[in-house]
Amino acid sequence: MKVLVAMSGGVDSSVAASELLDQGHEVVGVTMRLWGGESDTGCCSVSDVDDARRVAQQLGIDHLVFNFSDDFNKHVVAPYVQAHVDGITPNPCIECNRHLKFDRLSERARVLGFDAVATGHHAQVSRDATGTYRLTRGHDELKDQSYVVYMLDQAELAYTMFPVGHLTKAQVRDRAVALGLRTATKPDSQDVCFISKTGGRETFLGNRIEFRKAAVVTADGEKAGAVDALELVTIGQRKGLGLPGGGPKQFVVDVDTPNARVVIGNEEQLLRTGLAVGNVMWANVAPGVGERVLVQCSAHGAAIAATIENLAPLVLRFDEAQRRIAPGQSVVCYDITNSHVLGGGIAEAVNPTSN
Amino acid sequence: MRQEAIDAMSPYMSGIYANPSGSHRFARLARKAIDEARDDVAEALGCKVGEVIFTSGGTEGDNAAIFGAARNRGGISICSAAEHHAVLHCVENLHGRVVSVDATGVIDIAELEAALQDPQIAGNVSVVSVMAVNNEVGSISPLRQVAKVVRAHAPNAVLHTDAVQAACWQDLREISKLVDVLSVSAHKFGGPKGMGITMQRLGLQIDPLIVGGGQERDRRSGTHNVAGIMATAAALRVTDQTRNEEVARVTKLRDALVDGVCSEIEDVLETVPRDKRVAGIAHMCIAGCESESVLYLLDEAMICASAASACASGAMEPSHVLTAMGVDKQHSMGALRMSLGHTTTESEIDRAVNAVVGVVRQLRRNKIKA
Repeated sequence: MKVLVAMSGGVDSSVAASELLDQGHEVVGVTMRLWGGESDTGCCSVSDVDDARRVAQQLGIDHLVFNFSDDFNKHVVAPYVQAHVDGITPNPCIECNRHLKFDRLSERARVLGFDAVATGHHAQVSRDATGTYRLTRGHDELKDQSYVVYMLDQAELAYTMFPVGHLTKAQVRDRAVALGLRTATKPDSQDVCFISKTGGRETFLGNRIEFRKAAVVTADGEKAGAVDALELVTIGQRKGLGLPGGGPKQFVVDVDTPNARVVIGNEEQLLRTGLAVGNVMWANVAPGVGERVLVQCSAHGAAIAATIENLAPLVLRFDEAQRRIAPGQSVVCYDITNSHVLGGGIAEAVNPTSN
Repeated sequence: MRQEAIDAMSPYMSGIYANPSGSHRFARLARKAIDEARDDVAEALGCKVGEVIFTSGGTEGDNAAIFGAARNRGGISICSAAEHHAVLHCVENLHGRVVSVDATGVIDIAELEAALQDPQIAGNVSVVSVMAVNNEVGSISPLRQVAKVVRAHAPNAVLHTDAVQAACWQDLREISKLVDVLSVSAHKFGGPKGMGITMQRLGLQIDPLIVGGGQERDRRSGTHNVAGIMATAAALRVTDQTRNEEVARVTKLRDALVDGVCSEIEDVLETVPRDKRVAGIAHMCIAGCESESVLYLLDEAMICASAASACASGAMEPSHVLTAMGVDKQHSMGALRMSLGHTTTESEIDRAVNAVVGVVRQLRRNKIKA
């Protein structure tokens, strides 16, 4: 097959390209240029593009650079900023996967006549007995990234390859070392690519929006502290709320954006059993009401047992109360054996009834 | 590179490797060589021998003219919005003024005249830089009119032209007589990369960009690249001698290329009218096709083309020239620039037409499916 492999300049996508060659595919590497602004961590900085290109040269494959910076700004950066204004905690990496890697890039690949797009994600695509595509967790439990690519539907799954999904991270690095790839010991990227380490989220947002001061209040409306930037407060947060020391642990249990108030409470007040999810999509057919699922709400969070209480809109009911999921976070449902993704969506701000 | 250029540089990379600033016999041989090269260049540029400065290329020539004038005189720098980044970024760096271009990419003379008469900057203009030929779309600037308004309203300003794209297609004598400083790049006329020539009027007050050993009459320090100078002069000599026939020959090929593409596929914009641009550039905007996709598929078909300038990562940047010209996004996203030169043949044009037509059809077909 003719495969376009997205190369970020990291070790996983470097080895992914090599794996594809070993499997006998015709491989072309591409690095997406996504962010034109300043950043020192980005997966699209010039030095990362250099790494990707040099690895491609080592492997003897062509390397392209596609400039998708307009789309990245439109689908990832601008919504990221707006989400903070709206009191939502966004996940820009997932939006990048949704709109850039598995939409813009895969569409470009189709137009150019490629048979598949590959990335270095630790996830696997398999097919069940009926031929239905499944997004399965990566072989390396600690590095599994099926959560961040949960949005793939049947058409995208059929067109997508994850050549390192069956390997552990250690095996990936071993292969990179054996091949003499310059990215073999490169650290994993951790941060949001368009935000610089020096300035951080606060500086990035501060250059783009005006922060609102907000009162920190208890559930009874009693003033307890204050914050300078309502937009930087997230559900579950404990620090930076201007609270006096001592006393029981206090958490942000709600961000009241219209009234510029941060509501705090003890851990119990943070707990919920119900979770409303919007923008839902399923990998295949929707599961049924009453179906038992495992739910994951962060990239490396635990998968928690829950029941599908309602489908449209989607409401999940956890077996045991969980700390409230910040609106904007992706909520991914796995099958009850925790092997593959059923689908997912975005946590809603509203709480489902019968909390 | 032109064979004449390769032949001209070879002896100076082995036998006569001396530094022409030295005093021994080999140095004298090297000095004689670059003196003669300078004579040839002056002839082709229509300037005095002492006005020729060898540089590392067009970017250096542009930077030296603009920063050199600004540093020497202070005051405001002015350029057109469609200049090469080697000019545009200098003027932006100096917080200068950028004058609009018209729909063909040439400077708006009325706006330039108004800017020069603006009470805020009148009498305080250090340099006006207007390209002879646009590097992306090939449009020819009305330099005679530019010179007229600059001399009338800013007689003390340095008038510079980036003539990098003109060297192959226009008599540089006709351009050099209009301006104070002119810069070209050798690799645009079959010389080596990393070499250029600047023509700078004698006595013109400009600070040097590079100081050091005082070569090139203190205007550009640094040990002479003797082999590069020899190759540059040789390439320019051939270019100058064969220019008229080449312009006629390449114009026909270019027209055949554009006609061939436009007759086979719909909604292709010929970016600049043919009578307003040089022979060697075929620039088209293909609606509904993205440049990056077109270039990739053309490369697969062994056709090497371009769209706009590339950034440090190698990604295509949206063209500031097309934006300045007011080309709508639907067309500018499908910019395709094909360059022709002294090696281009009729059969290559046939192959290019077939490839472009095939690629555009494939992209439009697949886009509907995707």
